[in-house]
Amino acid sequence: MQCRYAVTLDEIVARAEALYADTELRTLARWKEGGGRVVGVAPAYVPSEIVDAAGALPAHLVGGGPGLDVVQGDAFFQSAICHLPRSLVDLGVRGALDALDLLVVPSTCDVLRNLTGVWRLLWPDRPVFFLDLPQRTDAEGVAFYREQLARLLAEVARVTGATVSTDDLRRAIGVANQRRMLLGELGELRIAEPAHVPASELHLVVRAGALLPPREHVEMLESYLHVCRTTPRPRLDVARVLLRGAFCEQPPIGFLRTLERAGCAVVDDDLLLGLRWFGRPVDMVDEPLDALAVAYVCQSPPASCRYDRAGDRPAALVDAARASRAQGVLLAAPSFCDMALLDRPALLQALESAGIPSVQLQYAENSADFGAVREQAGTFADALRLWQDLA
Amino acid sequence: MTPVQKDEGMVRQKAMLQAHAERAARARDEGRKVVYTFVPGNLVELLLSFDVEPVYPEITALQSGMRRASDRYIREAERAGHAEDVCSYVKCDVGMALAGDVGPGKTVPAPDLLLLSGTGCATFYKWFESLAGIWRAPVALLQVPYQADGAVTDEMRRYVVAQIRDDVIPALERLTGRRFDIDRLREHLRLSARAEDAYSAVVESARRRPSPIDAYFGMVFYVGPIFTALRGTLEAVEYYERLRAEVETRARAGLGPVTPDGPMGEQRFRLVVEGPPCWTAFRDLWKLFSDAGAVVVASTYSKVGGLYDTGFRHDPDRPLESLADYCLGCYTNLSLPQRLALVERYVRDYEADGFVVHSVKSCKAFGVGQPLLLREVERRAGVPGCFLESDLVDSRYFSHANVRNRLESFLQAIDMRRKA
Ligand code: SF4
Ligand code: SF4
Repeated sequence: MQCRYAVTLDEIVARAEALYADTELRTLARWKEGGGRVVGVAPAYVPSEIVDAAGALPAHLVGGGPGLDVVQGDAFFQSAICHLPRSLVDLGVRGALDALDLLVVPSTCDVLRNLTGVWRLLWPDRPVFFLDLPQRTDAEGVAFYREQLARLLAEVARVTGATVSTDDLRRAIGVANQRRMLLGELGELRIAEPAHVPASELHLVVRAGALLPPREHVEMLESYLHVCRTTPRPRLDVARVLLRGAFCEQPPIGFLRTLERAGCAVVDDDLLLGLRWFGRPVDMVDEPLDALAVAYVCQSPPASCRYDRAGDRPAALVDAARASRAQGVLLAAPSFCDMALLDRPALLQALESAGIPSVQLQYAENSADFGAVREQAGTFADALRLWQDLA
Repeated sequence: MTPVQKDEGMVRQKAMLQAHAERAARARDEGRKVVYTFVPGNLVELLLSFDVEPVYPEITALQSGMRRASDRYIREAERAGHAEDVCSYVKCDVGMALAGDVGPGKTVPAPDLLLLSGTGCATFYKWFESLAGIWRAPVALLQVPYQADGAVTDEMRRYVVAQIRDDVIPALERLTGRRFDIDRLREHLRLSARAEDAYSAVVESARRRPSPIDAYFGMVFYVGPIFTALRGTLEAVEYYERLRAEVETRARAGLGPVTPDGPMGEQRFRLVVEGPPCWTAFRDLWKLFSDAGAVVVASTYSKVGGLYDTGFRHDPDRPLESLADYCLGCYTNLSLPQRLALVERYVRDYEADGFVVHSVKSCKAFGVGQPLLLREVERRAGVPGCFLESDLVDSRYFSHANVRNRLESFLQAIDMRRKA
């Protein structure tokens, strides 16, 4: 299985798996030892192009996953909240985030918002930047956000010591656009032939981008796309499903593998949404910060963490299910996540009206027992296949 | 249980809010429009200047909790697909709407406009997404930036002012068919500032020994008018001026607050409390404190509708800017280090013996980081802390035995420290 980039599927997956297993974030420490700068970005979305433009590594912090035994992180949070901030703080206490020159936390939800305060109280000398994303979709929202992007750029430049030019920003937006395009192509291939792009494998390869420099990740995705296109894999008798609700805290890879073993082929998902966010490329002609601001306000996906003034999110889910020819929808959500869970009634109603079956699942990034998921997903997949046969 | 006892301020508060609920219920028939909005960062002076009727879904939810109706509404919302682990205020409110929208004793009118004042809580956006779906009402959006860096910047203020001017006011003009009248707004702001002066004196009265008020349990009654529909009215000014006099009389006589079970006896412990109360067990919780001789001398919950004791006043000379500053300055919009500094100040200024966090499962805005807040207050202010957990209006999460045990151990620790 040799591709034109002289990398095999096994090699790509092995590299992605190694990065996935790097719970203690040694990759970041090595990058730092080599003289590089690192800016951590919390989910769901931060315009990491600004970090890349400054020559720093944007590290997408997705928590510790099942490999991290959270000991100290729990002490700072009450019981009824999701797992992500616990593992992030635990990583901080262990020193795994010492490599960060800056942490950028977006206004995804109140958990992350308050995490900025926890961070400041625990580590007053470590810079943290709160990015208040606009909830408005008009000129006021653009203007407010544009000012924040300018502040973010100034802070990134300050901590990295870099002078960031307009060309640097354009180059970084170009790389991010390439990544979006490749992810889009992988998404299309998966819809056409789910067996060619297994969801768990794709997730590993996408997740590698959390720790790789964007340019390197683009190369990895190019190789992976080529391999997926050219490697014959057997078709499976599976149910096509769409997965929603995983835009922030990530389910462990075991969760996705369990879905596959239970007979579900995930043909669309919102896993690691922040790495792509926009369905279309960001404009390369406009002044870069203007382009990023306008893109966020006008082109963002209907993610649960953005206010949906027009009430489009339920219809968008139905459209996505139809576009991906999904037979059913898995509404997955991290436990205690108000952002994802409060959407459920409206999404369920829209799916039901459209005649699209759905099932609800909850997870935590450190879940290790997938018995209930296997049971639920297996029953759902069987039912979907049965309906398909009857139809 | 003995009948609930109340001081005069509480009785008058109830009558005022009752009258408002009745007025709101009649709004449709009398040709007035109803606007739903949230307590933190509410623009009530602006709403009054348009003669619309404000309704606060959190208040409706907490009142449902106090009269033990919330559990039924929560089940209703869960039947409609809501998860167990989300904010119970939202579920209570949504469940009530689905069940036919019968409010506390009165019919809560349907909204003509949803004024989404997004101050200090991301769940507010989700809440009004749900209500917009149920009521099909238009939304006026006011995004209030978070004070993550511990200060209000010009950029933040400008953004809020621009939204009030370009979105909220036009939405109210469309709703009512009236032009915005800045002089009416100024007049309401002037009245707000007067009520805020008197209200702040009531808050400060807890510095006295014994404290004439309970600044948490008792204060939730006193804040009713100023946090909700009546700030900016002459009625509220009169209410707070009389309340100030009433509290002053109690203080001079060396009397403490009136609890639901009668006047409080000896005040053995002066406490600062962080977090909202449990409404379904409100009386029970207060009794646990008062029976043990614990009076609350300062609380953060009573600052969610405005931080007047740190000097903020609505300002008729800067009408839109002062509305913006009000929204930006509410307690849940403060960073955790700001909240810590405030609590530390309360412990010092009010000579508190201890600090209690009442952490409610529902609320991430308040809750995330509270264990660290507790630890830091203990370390910096040198007083013991206590962590209690329950919920706002979901009674499944209140355990009397658990709360009692923790509170008792905490108060014993204070006693032992004194003896040492
Ligand atoms: S998983 Fe949900 S609640 Fe947790 S940080 Fe992410 S958006 Fe917030
Ligand atoms: S999360 Fe907290 S602040 Fe937000 S609506 Fe619920 S109780 Fe209120």
